[in-house]
Amino acid sequence: MKLRFLLPLLIFGVLLVLFVVGLGINPREVPSPLIGRPAPHFSLTTLTAADQQITEAQFGQQPVALFNVWASWCTACREEHPFLMQLSQQAEIPIYGLNYKDERPDAIAWLRRFGNPYRIIGHDHDGRVGIDWGVYGVPETFIVDRHGTIRYKQIGPLTEQVWREQVAPLVAAIRAEAP
Amino acid sequence: MSYPSIRALLLGLVLMAPAAPLLAAIDAYQFDSTAQEERFQRLAAELRCLVCQNQSLADSNAGLAKDLRDQVHEMILAGKDDKEIVDYMVERYGDFVLYRPPVQANTWLLWFGPLALLGVGALALILFLRHRAAARATTAAPLSEAERERLAQLLEERK
Repeated sequence: MKLRFLLPLLIFGVLLVLFVVGLGINPREVPSPLIGRPAPHFSLTTLTAADQQITEAQFGQQPVALFNVWASWCTACREEHPFLMQLSQQAEIPIYGLNYKDERPDAIAWLRRFGNPYRIIGHDHDGRVGIDWGVYGVPETFIVDRHGTIRYKQIGPLTEQVWREQVAPLVAAIRAEAP
Repeated sequence: MSYPSIRALLLGLVLMAPAAPLLAAIDAYQFDSTAQEERFQRLAAELRCLVCQNQSLADSNAGLAKDLRDQVHEMILAGKDDKEIVDYMVERYGDFVLYRPPVQANTWLLWFGPLALLGVGALALILFLRHRAAARATTAAPLSEAERERLAQLLEERK
């Protein structure tokens, strides 16, 4: 008969655990199916020089590369920007950019005003490359290794904390991998 | 609220109901056949908008939803079948884009959980009813001679 009184308590306990776990999950962070897969192919004119091209093959020319999706209309990108500037000044990792669904003059003016941490920026005017890379909320950041495989995806701003706790250790591990 | 105003409100809701699905489909897409258009509407309703996660591609006004609707439209015109279009989306955004997730190891709980809960509930109900029936059968035993005497005595006392 004890069970009769314990059972509701037990069910309550199980629900409590489920709810607490559920509260901790961020529904915005959809796991990308691209992690561990080859970087999707693209070929875009660069933002700063219309006669130059950028393709995903360029990421594989170094041990590890960072690919950041941004736009001048995106406020969270501005929030993220000082940290990207800091990363580029410290030469931690080569940074490539994807200017997503943006107007060329707006994007260039934005870079003039806040600085340019990118080596090369692809101009994805119609967002097609963004779709191929599964982009749904700018800013997004990908880490690509020397084999051209996507190893990590950050949705939302790449903050110093995220870098320190998650990305930097991964980047160090990728660098240490045999070529 | 008075009766006439409630009636007006209900009438308004009834009149609006058929318009609801049309409100979202503001962009005009051209198709070669009505069958294609029906497929488009169905696919757009089954795919989730990643930006506003509780809306489908058909419902959402987000920029990305519009781009993905364009993509679906283009793929339908290019003669792709439903599976190719759905696979295209899943390849990029994962199973999360599907409002009807596939039956696979990590969705068993989702698909069969409610059924299992129903089973547990039914089992509990059967056990409870049996238990009660058994309890009733025992209490319904007739009183012994001594008990009957005592009952009569007690009733007498209260008068």
